[in-house]
Amino acid sequence: MHASILPLSTSNPPYSTLRPHSSSRLCGLQREAFGFCSPPQFRSRNLRAVPAKTHSRRLSVFSTSNTAAGNRSSAPASFDYDLVIIGAGVGGHGAALHAVEKGLKTAIIEGDVMGGTCVNRGCVPSKALLAVSGRMRELQDEHHLKALGLQVAAAGYDRQAVADHANNLASRIRGNLTNSLKALGVDILTGFGTIVGPQKVKYGKIGSSDNVVTAKDIIIATGSVPFVPRGIEVDGKTVITSDHALKLEFVPDWIAIVGSGYIGLEFSDVYTALGSEVTFIEAMDQLMPGFDPEIGKLAQRVLINPRKIDYHTGVFATKITPAKDGKPVTIELIDAKTKEPKDTLEVDAALIATGRAPFTKGLGLENINVETQRGFVPVDERMRVIDADGNLIPHLYCIGDANGKLMLAHTASAQGISVVEQLTGNDHVLNHLSIPAACFTHPEISMVGLTEPQAREKAENQGFEISIAKTSFKANTKALAENEGEGLAKLIYRPDTGEILGVHIFGMHAADLIHEASNAIALGTRVQDIKFAVHAHPTLSEVLDELYKSAKLNSHNTKPASEPVAV
Amino acid sequence: MSHSHLLHTTFVPTAPPSLRRRLGVGAHLPRKPHLIQSKIREIFMPALSSTMTEGKIVSWVKSEGDKLAKGESVVVVESDKADMDVESFYDGYLAAIIVDEGLSAAVGSTIALLAETEEEIALAQSKKSSSPAPASASAAGGNDAPMVLEEMPSPVPAAAPAVASVSSNASAVGSAVHPASEGGKRVVASPYAKKLAKDLGVDLKGIVGSGPNGRVVAKDVEAALAAVNVGGGSAATTAAEVAKPSGVELGSVVPFTTMQSAVSRNMVESLAVPTFRVGYTFTTDALDALYKKIKSKGVTMTALLAKATALALVQHPVVNSSCRDGKSFTYNSHINVAVAVAIDGGLITPVLQDADKIDIYSLSRKWKELVDKARAKQLQPQEYNSGTFTLSNLGMFGVDRFDAILPPGTGAIMAVGASEPALVGTKDGRIGLKTQMQVNVTADHRVIYGADLAAFLQTLAKIIEDPNDLTL
Repeated sequence: MHASILPLSTSNPPYSTLRPHSSSRLCGLQREAFGFCSPPQFRSRNLRAVPAKTHSRRLSVFSTSNTAAGNRSSAPASFDYDLVIIGAGVGGHGAALHAVEKGLKTAIIEGDVMGGTCVNRGCVPSKALLAVSGRMRELQDEHHLKALGLQVAAAGYDRQAVADHANNLASRIRGNLTNSLKALGVDILTGFGTIVGPQKVKYGKIGSSDNVVTAKDIIIATGSVPFVPRGIEVDGKTVITSDHALKLEFVPDWIAIVGSGYIGLEFSDVYTALGSEVTFIEAMDQLMPGFDPEIGKLAQRVLINPRKIDYHTGVFATKITPAKDGKPVTIELIDAKTKEPKDTLEVDAALIATGRAPFTKGLGLENINVETQRGFVPVDERMRVIDADGNLIPHLYCIGDANGKLMLAHTASAQGISVVEQLTGNDHVLNHLSIPAACFTHPEISMVGLTEPQAREKAENQGFEISIAKTSFKANTKALAENEGEGLAKLIYRPDTGEILGVHIFGMHAADLIHEASNAIALGTRVQDIKFAVHAHPTLSEVLDELYKSAKLNSHNTKPASEPVAV
Repeated sequence: MSHSHLLHTTFVPTAPPSLRRRLGVGAHLPRKPHLIQSKIREIFMPALSSTMTEGKIVSWVKSEGDKLAKGESVVVVESDKADMDVESFYDGYLAAIIVDEGLSAAVGSTIALLAETEEEIALAQSKKSSSPAPASASAAGGNDAPMVLEEMPSPVPAAAPAVASVSSNASAVGSAVHPASEGGKRVVASPYAKKLAKDLGVDLKGIVGSGPNGRVVAKDVEAALAAVNVGGGSAATTAAEVAKPSGVELGSVVPFTTMQSAVSRNMVESLAVPTFRVGYTFTTDALDALYKKIKSKGVTMTALLAKATALALVQHPVVNSSCRDGKSFTYNSHINVAVAVAIDGGLITPVLQDADKIDIYSLSRKWKELVDKARAKQLQPQEYNSGTFTLSNLGMFGVDRFDAILPPGTGAIMAVGASEPALVGTKDGRIGLKTQMQVNVTADHRVIYGADLAAFLQTLAKIIEDPNDLTL
């Protein structure tokens, strides 16, 4: 992924984190190990194709000889590659792995470091910091430890060692990812990629001569960079973005975090665990505006109120000046509605977590008549790029943060796989409502599908009823054994059909628990089916088990939708 | 801090709960019909499960003054099982919140007042403020009105204006806004400092910040509170309303003033520290002689005693240590002798900082300055809350011996009695008249043991009986 930091002067997405996907940067590098260890010929040919908004289950079985040989031989000799991917982040990587599996001759162009935002400046190093903060929290929670009968002397940390852990993790994952691509025979082309015409890309380091390659198909996967609103001067020391914060060069006594979405929340978890005090600055009237309101309220009670955090909501930070000459960082706040000056804060540092802006400059989109929208590349539901006249551009796709559909690392990867499926003859539309999202605070927050207000709106428009089921972690044996009873799981479903519309979890290991629900949505499994699935006891997954079981369906629909198979 | 015991229960028996719970599907416990036709109703902590004895207010969905419709969710309550929305049983206005978010209340106790009309909100608020601030355990409650309302439905209208000003005071407790963000006077305080100040009922405006650029940080708030701990320091931090001692009305029940509640709380808190006492008798002839000699230079007895104590503490650092968490203790790097002083309506402990290092003449001047400031209520927090060892002297009242309570956060306190002539037998078998003074040291036995105090007192006795070093 090209991800050097550029000053962005585009007119920008809302300041806050109104839409979770516009500000998120969560990832799962689920495929890198997989790609690395098993040679393609031994891999399962059963691809888990994700059906497009239908309830049918499809298993696509490919015959390698056919597809691979067919594709390769049918590619015109004039193309250097079947597929060129611009950007080696999680999206590009996922697409490349799948392309190789499908027998495409693939190259990936990277102008910065392999792995993109997620691996180098996002989810991966942040998980390292959050692992530290989680343990610090446990060790500092005297009450909790005492309840478990544990005695621990004062916990402390070495900042540099924590920072090294994050950095080492990023290098390691980056190494794995690079090796996996090399081992599969993906050509890694170094330099910034620019589209010079249909099916033609040039690449090269700035100042050196350009190389031009041709490809039957091109995928843009250039990702995003932190978005910094106007008036905010980022010096990388006291006024920082997540890029700097992940290096953990210092732990301020008091840090203001602008934006209370995923990124802001995760960093508040890290900083407060390491001893900082935090002030949130949020443009919306409520903190965590992107989350299901009920989950947001609970999260605020657990993640904000008892911690050394205060907040200003409904305000914009119009001007942030870094610390200089013994003066602290100053933040000028205005009322988001009246635009009246409201307050001035003096803090030790400010983290700008106002979302992410697409990194699409210099891609040469003008050469092919594409106009970005606030920097995002317009695409249809199959990730095909749409030009300024509203026509699809053949052989050009855009995945991941650059298209802005749902800015999550694993979304980029799933979109890449979807594109490769299309390239190899299988029509495929990714169901974005089945993509889970997670926020790795302590405890974690996760979600898939619609929030309650979204579901209510949809229900009203389409004329159906929705029902809500909730279970508490307080009733779960494993959670109580861990003394972590704080938590809630919430299911939004249709009582007439049993369709799952959304699941939201706040509680211990929520990020790992969500997949049962996201898989159910992806596969079209309904409540009446999944409630008969068995969960090991005692596990946290029983929270979901109870959730499904507590769902009440209209009486005519209580039978399982699909017959279980006896074996 | 546990708040469960703090809920005032005056109103409990008068009316049945005016709330029902709402479960997911709508089942709710049957309730007795509402009997009282009062226009101001109490909202009670509902019983959300058969085992629930108290509930925690998770959040108020509505704010004071909001209109409520029957069936609307008002408050979220956490029981031993789950969190539930609680709905209003009546239309009306949420007039006053009595139990703030995050605090607990016993099942059946009043957590808020509901007014039927907008006009009655003020009346309801006056009722709220006339009951001792129930839940916050803070010193900032408005408890001036000494009246105890026995009955909700018959309010005294005249009480309303009188209490209105108090309720604005009390609202600081429940307000979720940041003092720093209020226009005009800015207080720069860190998020945790604000939270602590709110929880502990400390007014941030009176605190001098020790953080960068004068920012108030958590330890400043703690220090301000510690000053109250030592006894009535709040008189200096806030312009406290000091009750005039004249004209005590016999038979009346007087609620604690802010300062009295703080003292009460901290005295109770001191019971958590295992203390013990060691007494000693000093012969003070030499000290008295020295005092006579240098009195004209402005030296006071208090300064002499503080200096002597400080010099003894130099040799016994453990007696100058403090244990805060029960797991470790701190050898304090400075010897700051706090001396208890009775001031109008209370007691404060100005601190002679680094008393071991400062010469007796400067120390005496410093003491005079501190006492003047204390009388004028102008002491800065660090001038009354930084003590590491406390002296309390009742000798001037003729008290020959007494026993002091250890201020939380310090290791030892010395109670000093009067210097009085006594007939003593000497080692050479004669009887003589000597001036003697009894002291009694109370110490935290977790860190300071009997032998430590004995050794310290022996050193102090040597210094007092041969006091020439004091003037060096």
